[in-house]
Amino acid sequence: MTEKLVVIGNGMAPGRVLDRLFEAMPGAYDVTIFNAEPRTNYDRILLSPVLSGEKSYEEIVIHGDGWYERHGVRLLKGNRVVALDRQAKSVKGEDGTVEPYDKLIIATGSQPIIIPVPGHNLPGVLTYRDMDDVEAMLLAAQSGGLAVVIGGGLLGLEAAAGLKERGMDVTVLHLMPTLMERQLDPAAGHLLKRELESRGIRVITGANTEAILGDGYVSGVRLDDGTEIPAKLVVMAVGIRPNASLAKSAGLDVGRGILVDKHMRTSDPDIYAVGECVEFAGNVYGLVAPLYEMANVLADDLAGTPNGGFADQALATKLKVTGIDLFSAGDFADADDRDEIVLRDARTGLYKRLVIEENRVVGAVLYGDTADGAWFFQLIRDRADISEMRDTLIFGPAYADGAALDPMAAVAALPDSAEICGCNGVCKGEIGTAIDEQGLSSLGDVRAHTKASASCGSCTGLVEQLLSLTLGDDYNPAAVQPMCGCTDLGHADVRRLIVAKGLKSIPELMQALEWKSSEGCAKCRPALNYYLLSTWPGEYVDDNQSRFINERVHANIQKDGTYSVVPRMWGGLTNSRELRAIADVVDKFDIPTVKCTGGQRIDMLGVKKEDLPSVWADLNAAGLVSGHAYGKALRTVKTCVGTDWCRFGTQDSTGLGVRIEKFMWGSWTPAKVKMAVSGCPRNCAEATCKDVGVICVDSGFEIHFAGAAGLDIKGTEVLCHVDTEDEALEVIAALVQLYREQGHYLERIYKWHARVGIDSIRAAVVDDIATREALFQRFVYAQQFSQTDPWAERVGGRDAHEFQAMKDLSFPQAAE
Amino acid sequence: MQDVGLLDDIPVAGARTVKAGAFDIAVFRTTGGKVFALVDRCPHRAGPLSQGIVHGEQVTCPLHNWVIDLASGEVVGPDAGCSQTIPVRVEDGRVHLDLTVLIDEAA
Ligand SMILES: Cc1cc2nc3c(=O)[nH]c(=O)nc-3n(C[C@H](O)[C@H](O)[C@H](O)COP(=O)(O)OP(=O)(O)OC[C@H]3O[C@@H](n4cnc5c(N)ncnc54)[C@H](O)[C@@H]3O)c2cc1C
Ligand code: SF4
Ligand code: FES
Repeated sequence: MTEKLVVIGNGMAPGRVLDRLFEAMPGAYDVTIFNAEPRTNYDRILLSPVLSGEKSYEEIVIHGDGWYERHGVRLLKGNRVVALDRQAKSVKGEDGTVEPYDKLIIATGSQPIIIPVPGHNLPGVLTYRDMDDVEAMLLAAQSGGLAVVIGGGLLGLEAAAGLKERGMDVTVLHLMPTLMERQLDPAAGHLLKRELESRGIRVITGANTEAILGDGYVSGVRLDDGTEIPAKLVVMAVGIRPNASLAKSAGLDVGRGILVDKHMRTSDPDIYAVGECVEFAGNVYGLVAPLYEMANVLADDLAGTPNGGFADQALATKLKVTGIDLFSAGDFADADDRDEIVLRDARTGLYKRLVIEENRVVGAVLYGDTADGAWFFQLIRDRADISEMRDTLIFGPAYADGAALDPMAAVAALPDSAEICGCNGVCKGEIGTAIDEQGLSSLGDVRAHTKASASCGSCTGLVEQLLSLTLGDDYNPAAVQPMCGCTDLGHADVRRLIVAKGLKSIPELMQALEWKSSEGCAKCRPALNYYLLSTWPGEYVDDNQSRFINERVHANIQKDGTYSVVPRMWGGLTNSRELRAIADVVDKFDIPTVKCTGGQRIDMLGVKKEDLPSVWADLNAAGLVSGHAYGKALRTVKTCVGTDWCRFGTQDSTGLGVRIEKFMWGSWTPAKVKMAVSGCPRNCAEATCKDVGVICVDSGFEIHFAGAAGLDIKGTEVLCHVDTEDEALEVIAALVQLYREQGHYLERIYKWHARVGIDSIRAAVVDDIATREALFQRFVYAQQFSQTDPWAERVGGRDAHEFQAMKDLSFPQAAE
Repeated sequence: MQDVGLLDDIPVAGARTVKAGAFDIAVFRTTGGKVFALVDRCPHRAGPLSQGIVHGEQVTCPLHNWVIDLASGEVVGPDAGCSQTIPVRVEDGRVHLDLTVLIDEAA
């Protein structure tokens, strides 16, 4: 019988344990996870990029819902374990669930320390530990204002930089005389302070918080010297403490953390502990590299193949604030038997310091240029004798070898055993081998196969250099496809930055994102116009000059410069009045071709541009409006006759199609959207190759999406089943809204789906009702600005210049 | 020189057409305030350049995205070809074109 493995906590450490365990022995355990947080496993290290807006939450998810499904893992989200009964071998969740275990892993991480000053529990006082904290900070930052961060360590400074980036006025209070004193020496701490101040962040060192002020809600902070600093948000980031209370009350041996041996076993043979909650040989940990080490050890033990066990090692840190290059490793406290080598360049703000003990490097601090960090770190870990190269040591590996000074030289000079990715403990040799043997060619490939650069990302540069060393010219570093020649940013970056930086017009965006051309090009301008329009509905003014001609004149240009006109036929329905109007228009304007489209409507081809407004006026008079056949927008909702006429029909497919089309028309999307509703699985409306399709069944509606029948042919994926029409409409609108928010310009739904994965889409649109509802509301909000018939507007005189020549000189005259 | 209308009749970063017998002329106005005129035929397959997106002093043809330099009428980038340029003068907010080049060509 498979053994039952229960995991308490779903952070980065147990996530890695399970990854390795499933790889070694798939199906060996029946796994249940309790997670106090209401989400799956995500990369906690990357919370700061989410806070600053450089990444979205979706980008930092490590295991999506699909992963748990695939591995048969039961994940109890938002369910904190409140009791552990070692006699009965069971744990109890806060909702009362009792779960027996054969083996138990405690991975409760750590807790932020809260200084118990008066006012510490006022609303508006936050810590910085999980996604809830980030969401709360983002909410506060929306309206700007003053923020105070207590604590000038790694987390505090990342929080401060993020809040500043989001438009808040930030003050950092730090008790010690210099910033990040545990990782930096005073000189580097000073450089860092100056850099932060130049970015507009106020830093007060030697600041001892006496009280947090506020009446019902935080209003400021008072220091022990009486200074008062107003604030509407206070973030406490003064340190962490292992979260060992559950283990302690169950009677396990606990010191500062849960005591474990080198195989991560606690004092109870059936219970393991891993991650920040443990104490090993007197040490507790706050960086992910040693935790991943522990995770590997524990997974091997569970798989019945114990390895040599965990050993304490030197650690390296980087601050993840964009534009600040800072690296520190090892131990750099002053001592009598220690020497140092220092290099400074005041003009460029460069600072490097190596601490030497008995001809070995024991500590390194780099500020301003961290390229040699990996090399120094390796010297520390290898305890290498540096007496031979001492004179040039500080200039890095390029000089040590006497080789030419080339940015690649530092990486080339590293031995195969050199660690490249500190977080995941991946060394140079492993990456090189993976590139060669598995034919990897991009950063994404290396991340997927070796995990290198997949956590905090600070070794990304090194990995890219390795790729280019190994592959030579075959390596194309533009892993992110730039939008066009006007920028190096990809579509995803641009979309994110529009939101993060609150960019609201094309010129403002081009300035802020350093566009390389003065006015963009025909590739980026329409994309930017769409992104701004969909991000700021009702606020952004559509820029007609950035739209393709079809969307500018609301008709399709043909190869001879004439246009085609397609009125909407809701759900493919029409009647004699509409048909008569179409026939009359065709005669009156001498329209050469009339054709049925694949989307169940009628196309009039060969209309002269100057006739368009008059054609539309006549069509409008019969109640016909624009079919948006020319737009990156909702095109058609094709239907079958369903229960109205068909003997097989299970639902009113025509009615639902009309309802969807009436609700959704006018909405701009990244690329065209075609839909269909079939009344039964015989599928006469061909719903299973559409962007969004509905198949009616006796019990309700099956919602499909991500089909294609154009350049590519692809059947749809089933998104979900719903019981009612109302629900179907809500799911479809939420799905389209998510696509409107995430899609890259010209990326059809099936390509978007392939890029982001069905799990994340389903999570937002189906599983999480609150997210679905919010998406639906955003769609409804945007629709109020888009459901005006563009033809009627132009019949009314708008953009008249588009349709008339400036001057007609039918007989060109000779010049005077 | 032929008066064809007000500068303000042309949208900024846009174009209007002038009909001149057998020819359509595209008159462009850039964000920088300059005015250019070309025969409204793309050197590729005769697409109407006046309907393209104007960026800087270039226009992208609406049919297959060739990029044409407004000042020279030359195709920019890997493709080759040229649209005939028409001399332009803007005076007192009015646009004048010199259409004699067309007549020369027609003759
Ligand atoms: C903002 C930030 C930036 C960081 N930057 C870096 C960095 O650059 N480099 C680096 O190496 N490290 C960094 N870290 C540290 C790194 O994220 C942690 O070391 C690592 O995530 C710890 O993993 P863990 O699995 O031990 O615990 P956690 O990831 O903290 O997971 C513990 C989980 O258990 C849950 N839990 C707790 N009690 C219970 C219970 N009773 N029942 C059920 N669930 C429970 C918690 O809600 C939590 O989700 C950073 C941390 C933060 C917060
Ligand atoms: S899909 Fe089913 S209900 Fe609709 S027309 Fe075909 S057979 Fe009838
Ligand atoms: S006709 Fe202009 S690009 Fe083809």
